[in-house]
Amino acid sequence: MREQSMVPEPEFESYYGRQILKTPTWKTPDVPLYLFLGGMAGGSALLAEGAALSYRPDLERVARLAAAGGAAAGTVALVHDLGRPERFLNMLRVLKPTSPLSVGSFILAPFSALSGAAALSNLTGRLPRLGRLAGAGAAVFAGPLATYTAALVGNTAVPAWHEAYRELPFVFAGSGATAAGGLAMVFTPVAQAGPARRMAVGGAALEIAAAEVLLTRVGMVAEPYQQGRPGRLMRTARALTAVAAGATALAGHRSRTVSVLSGAACVTASVLTRFGVFEAGIASARDPKYVVVPQRERLRQRQAAEAH
Amino acid sequence: MTNSLWGRLDDVAGDAGYDDHPPRMGFFTDTSVCIGCKACEVACKEWNQVPDDGYLLTGMSYDNTGALGASTWRHVAFVEKSLDVSTVDLGLPAMGPPEGQGQATESGDNGIRWLMSSDVCKHCTHAACLDVCPTGALFRTEFGTVVVQPDVCNGCGYCVPACPYGVIDQRKEDGRVFKCTLCYDRLKDGETPACAQACPTESIQYGEVSELRQRAANRVHELHEKGVDVARLYGADPDDGVGGDGAFFLLLDEPEVYGLPPDPVVTTRDLGSMWRHVGAAAATLVGIGVASFVGRRR
Ligand code: SF4
Ligand code: SF4
Repeated sequence: MREQSMVPEPEFESYYGRQILKTPTWKTPDVPLYLFLGGMAGGSALLAEGAALSYRPDLERVARLAAAGGAAAGTVALVHDLGRPERFLNMLRVLKPTSPLSVGSFILAPFSALSGAAALSNLTGRLPRLGRLAGAGAAVFAGPLATYTAALVGNTAVPAWHEAYRELPFVFAGSGATAAGGLAMVFTPVAQAGPARRMAVGGAALEIAAAEVLLTRVGMVAEPYQQGRPGRLMRTARALTAVAAGATALAGHRSRTVSVLSGAACVTASVLTRFGVFEAGIASARDPKYVVVPQRERLRQRQAAEAH
Repeated sequence: MTNSLWGRLDDVAGDAGYDDHPPRMGFFTDTSVCIGCKACEVACKEWNQVPDDGYLLTGMSYDNTGALGASTWRHVAFVEKSLDVSTVDLGLPAMGPPEGQGQATESGDNGIRWLMSSDVCKHCTHAACLDVCPTGALFRTEFGTVVVQPDVCNGCGYCVPACPYGVIDQRKEDGRVFKCTLCYDRLKDGETPACAQACPTESIQYGEVSELRQRAANRVHELHEKGVDVARLYGADPDDGVGGDGAFFLLLDEPEVYGLPPDPVVTTRDLGSMWRHVGAAAATLVGIGVASFVGRRR
């Protein structure tokens, strides 16, 4: 209902057309890559635990390396993004539940350590029991790692992120599963990659569905997800995800070539989704329209309600 | 509904953990008497040793400052609008223009209405910047104001998009963020902030927030009596989306005309719901993981 009252191009006043919010200072590609890596690493840690439990050693090794590598690369991206990287440890000074970045640091730090230990043990064959224990520990943090980043961007005044805070966690969960499944499909023999294929297909379905709900629910703030560069990124990601998931389901178990190609497409699509979401937020912060028009509408509705 | 993340909160400093604290201090900026002299901008820069923010000509009336930012803690906005209302005596204290017309000035044949307003950090009751800061660099002072500790800030930049007013920003060369401190150092010495002290028209008034709110209500009433219907308060309502601002304003037009959001809400109001959605999504991901291993083995 809200979106209908706002079409066509709404009129609004501004101060010389200037943006009201500050543009996020988060850098590209650091932050969108971090969003991707967190999801990929989280999904991979789950895959690794399942592979260990169901005795699929090839899949386990690939997934353990992906979890550890993703967490390590993600940490590098996160630290690199700081204005004062040498003060990274200040992140762990306090635990603030009101700051998803603080909570996230306390998810990322143990996940990195545990997934790293599990991968090292798997590679060297040393301390296998402790390695398994570490892997199970990492799996506990996997779900939160893949999804907390939605609260990270959602807990801002940026219209395209904040208004989408209900759907973004599911988009990110789906995208993380797609990436983890896809990556494992690329590097694991077809015979052991069944769970990776199912994870990729399940993630793709979740991601596409959640993104669809997002667009229909957030009103005019859906525009940045549909227009310009972020719009192209989101559309390409969706198409690629759908095609890759389809190919995976149809022929992933028969052909290594199909498996490798569609796995790579899954990973690429997940990267594109994160860049799309990131850039849509930036675009919405830059345009005063997305601040003024929805807030005006909110005021109008409140006044109308009070008048009754 | 009311809690320390959102809603009405009468004792801000107490809520932040101060048992014994001075009254909440803040600004009431009465833009109806602002003459656009920018003394506040200059005094702020001098006292706080804020570096220059570039020498640009913006083409936006007499505003070459542009916006609040890491190196602009007071910003005087200049709005030019063609005049469609008759000029009214706004009761400029002490030294008004000859005919005491306050901000409404006619120039030549095309009447131009000037709106001038000195903007500043709002020192929100529920400050999103402070809520999201992961390091604790942003903190609530005993005066109820919001201040960054530069020796703790690691430049994560989270506070920047969190602020619903677009106040706080990062100094690129430095990496850290900066904003108005409401002259924390001067407050501790019992002094008035530099901008309020420098303002020649008392457009910027400093004092106890409770008293300033009263003063603001009286002023708006007075203006309405004089027929200035456009006068309205902005940020003075303790029941608004940020629990009221510690620095609030009397405006003569809609907030967005001055570059202010019309209905700001602290993002952490929705934090509980955000975490619940994250939790459900995390559980869904684990579910996908488990489901991937049950069923057919192929
Ligand atoms: S106006 Fe912005 S920077 Fe100032 S206290 Fe409020 S949220 Fe923080
Ligand atoms: S940039 Fe500094 S003040 Fe802002 S949230 Fe990060 S650590 Fe806190």
